[in-house]
Amino acid sequence: MRTHPPYLSITLLSAGSLAYEILLMRLFSIIQWHHFAYMIIGLALLGYGISGSVVSIFQKSLMSRYSQTYMASLLLFSIFTVVSFLMAQTIPFNAEEILWDWHQSIYLLAIFLVLTLPFFFAASAICLTFMQYSTQISRVYAADLIGAGIGSIGIVYLLFLMFPQSALMVIGITGLIALLIAAWEFQIARRLQTSLALIAVIAVCIIAAPYLELQISPYKGLEQSLKITGTQIIEQRSSPLGLLSVIESKQVPLRHAPGLSLNATQEPPAQLGVFTDADSLSVITQLNEDSKRLSYLDQMSSALPYHLGDHKRVLIVGAGGGSDILQARFHQVPNIDAIELNPQIVELVNNRFRAFSNALYDNKNVNMHIGDARDYLRVSEDNYDLIQLALLDTFNASASGLYALNENYLYTLEALQLYINRLKPDGYLAITRWIKIPPRDTLKLFATAVQALKISGIKSPEKRLVLIRSWQTSTLLIKNGEVSEQDISAIKTFCHDRSFDIAYAPGMTEQQANRYNILKHPFFYKGAVSLLGEKRQQYLDQYKFNLEPATDNRPYFNHFFKWSTLSEIMQLRGKGGMPLIEWGYIILIATLIIALLMSVLLILLPLYFLQRDRAEPASKVKRLYVVLYFFMVGLAFLFIEIAFMQKFILFLHHPIYAISITLTAFLVFAGLGSYYSKSLCRYYSNRQVASMAIIMISILSLLYLVALEHIFSYFATAAVSIRMLTALLLIAPLAFFMGMPFPSALSSLDKCDTRLIPWAWGVNGCASVISAVLASLLAIHFGFATVIVIAVMLYIIMLFLFPAEKIARE
Amino acid sequence: MNTMTYSCRSSLVLILMLLSMSAMASEEYAVARENMLKSIKEQVEETSLYINKQALNPQVMQAMARVPRHEFVPSSQKRFAYENRPLPIGHGQTISQPYIVALMTDLLNVNSKSKVLEIGTGSAYQAAILSKLVDSVYSIEIIKALGEQAEQRLSRLGYDNVHVKTGDGYYGWEEHAPFDVIIVTAASSHIPPPLISQLKPGGRMVIPVGSRFMTQELLLVNKQEDGKLITRQILPVMFVPLTGDH
Repeated sequence: MRTHPPYLSITLLSAGSLAYEILLMRLFSIIQWHHFAYMIIGLALLGYGISGSVVSIFQKSLMSRYSQTYMASLLLFSIFTVVSFLMAQTIPFNAEEILWDWHQSIYLLAIFLVLTLPFFFAASAICLTFMQYSTQISRVYAADLIGAGIGSIGIVYLLFLMFPQSALMVIGITGLIALLIAAWEFQIARRLQTSLALIAVIAVCIIAAPYLELQISPYKGLEQSLKITGTQIIEQRSSPLGLLSVIESKQVPLRHAPGLSLNATQEPPAQLGVFTDADSLSVITQLNEDSKRLSYLDQMSSALPYHLGDHKRVLIVGAGGGSDILQARFHQVPNIDAIELNPQIVELVNNRFRAFSNALYDNKNVNMHIGDARDYLRVSEDNYDLIQLALLDTFNASASGLYALNENYLYTLEALQLYINRLKPDGYLAITRWIKIPPRDTLKLFATAVQALKISGIKSPEKRLVLIRSWQTSTLLIKNGEVSEQDISAIKTFCHDRSFDIAYAPGMTEQQANRYNILKHPFFYKGAVSLLGEKRQQYLDQYKFNLEPATDNRPYFNHFFKWSTLSEIMQLRGKGGMPLIEWGYIILIATLIIALLMSVLLILLPLYFLQRDRAEPASKVKRLYVVLYFFMVGLAFLFIEIAFMQKFILFLHHPIYAISITLTAFLVFAGLGSYYSKSLCRYYSNRQVASMAIIMISILSLLYLVALEHIFSYFATAAVSIRMLTALLLIAPLAFFMGMPFPSALSSLDKCDTRLIPWAWGVNGCASVISAVLASLLAIHFGFATVIVIAVMLYIIMLFLFPAEKIARE
Repeated sequence: MNTMTYSCRSSLVLILMLLSMSAMASEEYAVARENMLKSIKEQVEETSLYINKQALNPQVMQAMARVPRHEFVPSSQKRFAYENRPLPIGHGQTISQPYIVALMTDLLNVNSKSKVLEIGTGSAYQAAILSKLVDSVYSIEIIKALGEQAEQRLSRLGYDNVHVKTGDGYYGWEEHAPFDVIIVTAASSHIPPPLISQLKPGGRMVIPVGSRFMTQELLLVNKQEDGKLITRQILPVMFVPLTGDH
C-alpha cells in the first residue's frame, strides 16, 4: 500500500476546484446577473457538504476501493466541470420573472443541482484521502489549501490569457492532469496505457476549447442590441475585470446620450457600443473636426459644473469609452486627468479604434491613468477645479468569487472626504447618478456629502451643496467654498434652458422646486432640506429606505432595504411594486435560508445512518462537540478571511487583484500552518496545538483590528510592490495559525472515532457556504469590524469544544 | 361500407369534439379575461392613484375587455395570457402586465379623434387596445420578425385602423405627423427629439421606464400649447417613502 498520500493530485484538484468556483461566478455574471451568480454558485458549493454526508453513509464500500474511487472522483470532476456548465446554461432561467412565475424556481433548482456535481466529486476525493491517510491529515489538508491558493491566483492569470469559456476547458484539463498524476502516484497497473489515453483526451479538449459558446440571457443589454438589424459584435476582450464586447450598428445608430435634456436637438455622432459582461453600455464616440456634433454633451445634467467657472484642471473618474472626457474637451478644458480601472477599454479607445476615437486618450490635453480612483488620489498630490464622477455604476467584482458581493468604495464617507480634499479653492465635486423613484441613492449621496462636510469641520454645509435633476439623472455638486449669487444665477439659467429642476440650492424656496419634471411631492427638495436640518436623524429613521451613509467599514452604498418596509412592499407586488424590492439583498437572505435548511438536512442524515450501525463500538467523543466545533471553525475561518480581505482592498486599492492576492496569501500560509502543525504534534497533543493556534489567532485578529488603520496610513503612499509585501507579511502569521485548528481537530477525531471524519468534513463544508453569505449580511448591517469580533468569539468558544477523547486527563 | 360509415362517424365526432374544445377554450379565455379585469379594477381601487382616481376610464376597461390578449402571446404562454403579469414574447421582448397597460392607456387620455404613434409594437397588444379607442394608430417596430408578426396578427384579427411598419423609430413617422398621443415602449437612453417635435401642442407622451419585466415608473410628457414640455414621473403604485407626515 502506498504510504504517501497523492499530494500532487490533491494540490492540482483543489486548484481546479477553487478556480472553477471563481470562473463560474464570471461566467454566470456574463450570461445572467451578478447577484444570481452569487446565489447559484454559493449553493453549488454545498457540494462539499453533500460529499461529507454521502461519504459518511457509504464509507465502508468507498474506502474498500480507495484508489479506484479516488480516481473515479477525479475523472467525474473533470468531466462535470465542463458538462455541468453546458447543461446549466441551457436551462431557460430568467431572473426577472422569478416573482411572477414560480417555474423559475424550479429552473434555479435545476441549475444548482447540476453545478453541485463537480464540487461534490472534488470534495469527495479530498475527504476519502483524509480517511485513507488519517495519520497525515494535516499534510493532506496543507496540499488542499496550497492548491486552492494556486487556483485562485491561477484563474486570474488565466482570465487574462483567454476568454472565460475557454478557461472552462482548461479547468477540465487540469482535472484530467490531476488524474494522470494520481495514476502515477498510486502506481496502478497499466499506468502507461491509462496515461496515453488521458493525454489523447486532453488533446481533444484543447482543440475543442475555442468552440465553446456562451448562451447569454436574451434580456441583457448586449443581446437586446444585437436584435437590431445590422448590429454585430466587432471586437471582444476578456480579463478578470469583465468581458468587453464592442458592437457596431450600421443601420440604426446607437445614439447613446443618457440624461439628455428634453430641449436638446443635436443627435450624438456615430458611436461604438462597449458592453461589460453583456450589460452596462458605455460608448466610444466618433471624433472629428465638427465639434458642434458634440453639443449634446452640454445638454446633460453632468455638464452643470462647466457653467460655474472656467475650469483649468479636471479629473474624470471612470473614463470608460470617453464620453465624459469629450464633455470636458467640448468645454475646452486644457488639462484633463482621467482614471480608468480596466486597461483593456483604454486600449480599445487608443489603439484598436484609434482612427474612430481620434486617439482620444492619447491627446496632449488628456492624461490617462489606469487604476483605482482612491489609490490615484491618495498617491498624487494634485488638486483639481472639478472632479467628475458620472453615472459610475457599482463595479461587479465577480472574479472575486464568493468573497465579495456588492462592496463599493467609491461612494463611502471616507471616499467623499478624499475627493473634497483634492479640490482647489472654489473647486467642485460633481457626482451624477440615475434617478430612482422614490429617491434612494441620490438622497443617500446627499446625506453622505452633508456628513463628509460636517466631519471636515464645515459649519454650514447647506451653503456648499447644489442638487439638480432631469427626469433621468441627478447631479450633486459639492463646492470647496460657498455657492455664490453668481453661481445660483448660472444654475438657474442652465436648468431653465434644459428643463432641469433645481432640487436644492442655497437659499431656494419650495416653490422653485418640482417645476419641469414633476413628482407627486417635491421628494428631492424635502429630502435635501431635512438632511441638512436638525431633524436629520428623524428623517432617516422615518424614510422607508436606508439612507445612512456608507463607510469603509460598511461599504454598501447600494443597500437601501429596511425590514420594516418589507410587508408593505410585498402587498404591492402585483401592483407595480416589484422595483421597490431590493433584489440583491433578498437574494442574499434567500441563499442563507436555503443553505441553512440544506445544511440541517445534510448534517442530520448521516447521523441517522450512524445510529443504525450498532455493531461498531460506542463513540469516544461527544457528537455535539464535533458538529459545533467543525461548524464554528468553518464560520470563523471565512469570517476572518473575508473581513480582512476587504480591509486589504482599501490598502492595495484594487477591487479584484487585492482579493486574489490576499485570498492566495491566506490559503497558502494557512496551508503552511497546517503542514507545520503535523510537526508540532510530535511534542504536543492535537488539542494543545489547536488551542495555541486559536489563542494566537485571537490575539492577532484583535491586534490587527486596532492597528491596521495605522499601518495602512503609514504605508499609504508607498509603491504598490511595497504595499503588497506589507500585506503578505501581515497576512502570513494570522493565516499560518488559522490553518491549524481544523486539521488538528480532524486528526484528533481520527483517534477517537474515524467514522466521523467525513461527517465533520461535511459539517465544515456546509459552514463555509453559510459563512460567506452570513459574513456579507453581517457586514451590511454591522460592518466588518463586528464580523471579526464575532469570529474571535467563535474561536474562543471552540477552545472548550475540541473533539478529543472523553477520558479526563487529570 | 360499414367501415366507411364508421370512420365518417368517428371523424365527425372528432370534429365536433375539437369544435367544442375550442369553444370551451374561448369560453375559458373569456372567463379569464373577466377575472383579469376584475383584478385590475380592484388594484386601481386599492391604490388611489396619481390624479386621485378611484377607477380607470370605463372606456379603457371596455377596450381591455374586448381585446383577446391570448391572441397576442406565443402559444407556450397562452395559459398565462390573462394573469396579471408580463410575459415573454420572444426576441428578448415582453408583453406588459395588463395592469400597466390599462394604466398607460388611461394616462394617454385619448378620444375617438386621436391619432396615435407607438414606438415599439412588440406583441401589438397595446396598439390593439388603443385602436378601440382612437381614430388611428401608427406603430413602428425595429425588430423585423416581431414587426411582421404583429402586422399579420392585427390584420387577421381585424384591427384595420392600426398601421405597422418595421424600422428605426427614432425619427417617428413624418408622413402622418403630428400626433395627439405618442407612446414609447422601445428602450432608449433618452427621449428622441424628433418624437417630441411630432407631438401636437397639448399632446401627451407616455413612456414606461424600467426593465422588461419590471416597470419602475410611467413618464408622462405634456407638450403645452406654447410648445414647452412638462414631465410627470408617476409611480404605478401607491407608495410614499416617508412614514408619518414629512
